Amino acid sequence: MKALSQQRRHPLAVLVLMVLALLLTGGLYAVATTTNEAKAQTQTYTAQDVEEGQKLFLANCSTCHGMDGAGTPSGPSLVGVGAAAVDFQVGTGRMPMQMNGPQAEKKPVQFDDEQVQQLAGYVATLGAGPNVPEQEYLDVAEGNAANGAKVFLANCAMCHNAAGAGGALTRGKYAPSLMEVEEKHIYEAMQTGPQNMPVFNDANITPEEKRDVITYLKTLETAPSPGGFALGSLGPVSEGLFVWSIGLAVIIGFTVWLTSRSA
Amino acid sequence: MGSHSDGTPQSGTVATTGTTAMERFPDPGLPPHRPRLTDVDSKAAKRAERQVVLLFLISILGSILFFIGYFGVRVDGPIYDVTDTSATTALWLQNLLLGLGIALGMFGIGIGIVHWARTLMPDHELVEERHEVRTEEQRAEAQSILTTIYDESGIKRRPLLRNTLIGAAVLAPLPFVGLLKDLGPTNLAVLRQTLWDEGVRLVRDPSGTPIRAADVTLGSTYHVVPENLASIGHNEGYLDEKAKSVVLLMRLDPDTVNVSPEREDWNVDGIFAYSKVCTHVGCPVALYEQQTHHLLCPCHQSTFDLVNECEVIFGPAARPLPQLPITVDADGYLVARSDFQEPVGPTYSQRGTHVEEMQGEAN
Repeated sequence: MKALSQQRRHPLAVLVLMVLALLLTGGLYAVATTTNEAKAQTQTYTAQDVEEGQKLFLANCSTCHGMDGAGTPSGPSLVGVGAAAVDFQVGTGRMPMQMNGPQAEKKPVQFDDEQVQQLAGYVATLGAGPNVPEQEYLDVAEGNAANGAKVFLANCAMCHNAAGAGGALTRGKYAPSLMEVEEKHIYEAMQTGPQNMPVFNDANITPEEKRDVITYLKTLETAPSPGGFALGSLGPVSEGLFVWSIGLAVIIGFTVWLTSRSA
Repeated sequence: MGSHSDGTPQSGTVATTGTTAMERFPDPGLPPHRPRLTDVDSKAAKRAERQVVLLFLISILGSILFFIGYFGVRVDGPIYDVTDTSATTALWLQNLLLGLGIALGMFGIGIGIVHWARTLMPDHELVEERHEVRTEEQRAEAQSILTTIYDESGIKRRPLLRNTLIGAAVLAPLPFVGLLKDLGPTNLAVLRQTLWDEGVRLVRDPSGTPIRAADVTLGSTYHVVPENLASIGHNEGYLDEKAKSVVLLMRLDPDTVNVSPEREDWNVDGIFAYSKVCTHVGCPVALYEQQTHHLLCPCHQSTFDLVNECEVIFGPAARPLPQLPITVDADGYLVARSDFQEPVGPTYSQRGTHVEEMQGEAN
């Protein structure tokens, strides 16, 4: 430790620290944005699905949502939220919630695809609600990215950022990044309005327009950034941070070098 | 002015003759001059020379890189084409080479010259003595010059001359203040009117289709423009009109909303329409949190409470968002009852007068 502390005034110490900090943030970002690989599923639920789903529900969800899914003071009613809401919330790992906080965050999925389907099947029986989307509305090859961009910029970009990188809301809530999100989860989020996101039902944004939005987002994902490094596409936030930390550090480094004695 | 140091200790000592008997510690003077490695070791000097040359070569390489990027990289085909990203990738490479080339070209010269000066140019230490304090005679002389100017100009004897000069100097900048006004709209009345009027349908942005009241379910939000916006051409102020008339539409549980008596018939079964233009500096307030019923402005975090007629609960905005009175037409589509009852958007010079006029018209 003594040797390390003696090196702290070395001219390269700042550089080493900066590289370490960049590696740390980059690594955390990579971990935070890993995709989950669930596959799309069928639209209908058998009686067996519903029965198994009820068992799963009683064991995992009923503490907050009530034994009959009608809600308790700790969790909202699930009557009428539909299979789409379950497929989104459970399929992205947001539910079951780990702890109370400003909002339920995306995390590793707790159930396998079959269990998610069984849960969705059970909750769908509680009351009529949106079903999981049909495959034809998730097919990016059929969508129109240009129209999707128009719809996205009018309805979604104010919270999720024009590049779909996400953004902050009030009191710790935030709109998450839409990059690397599965097609059906994007669709279901628009359909059901999870947490503080408003609902964009089929009368507002038609299924075809939803497909266009998904196509636009997938386009953003695959298209390289023509302007060089995108820095998370967060606009002035990350660019400002870069300039104020890295840029200013470099300038300070040069001034120190300029006025130092040469050996 | 200065004297060359001969390198011996104390050679540059500042005179201390003026000090009193209260001398607390001896003047340490300047530290001894240490020759640089490049002054005593010719090998080190040679190495420094090579380093400077290398830096200049880096600069040359950077400038060449710029021209390789400028003339050598061809960007053919549409940008942002997902099926064929070659054009976008080429553009990325070109931008990278242009930026990197200019940066290295400047960086190499700058760093090279500094390194040259620090290692190879002469290493004299100079001491510059302080200026002497000005003497009383010099002050008196300067004062007498000013007095002479004052007397000879005759300002004292000819007050009319002085007063007209002051008047001219005060008035001369005023035309520029007048020109400032012309930067804004010449007719401020355009700020109080929008395209909304009685019977104008609320349509979706961007598709332009009308909205049935039944389509607006609980928790959903619609980004809305007036139907007659579509008839305005792009060169006829389309964007200006759109910027004034954008509206956010959402359905709230009627039991949870506080509605003032004079606005009771402005909503349709809990469907409310509010201007999307922030009353602070006019950003679009469209970040709607459907559980808290808060509208957040992304520019300065002004937060509006939908439950209480969009009153400001946080941030710099001074007024609630104006509400658009709406109703349903014979076909079941949502229509405006009238224009906004107050000017939308931020404060402007005649806003107060306009509010009075609009209230007078409404009553």
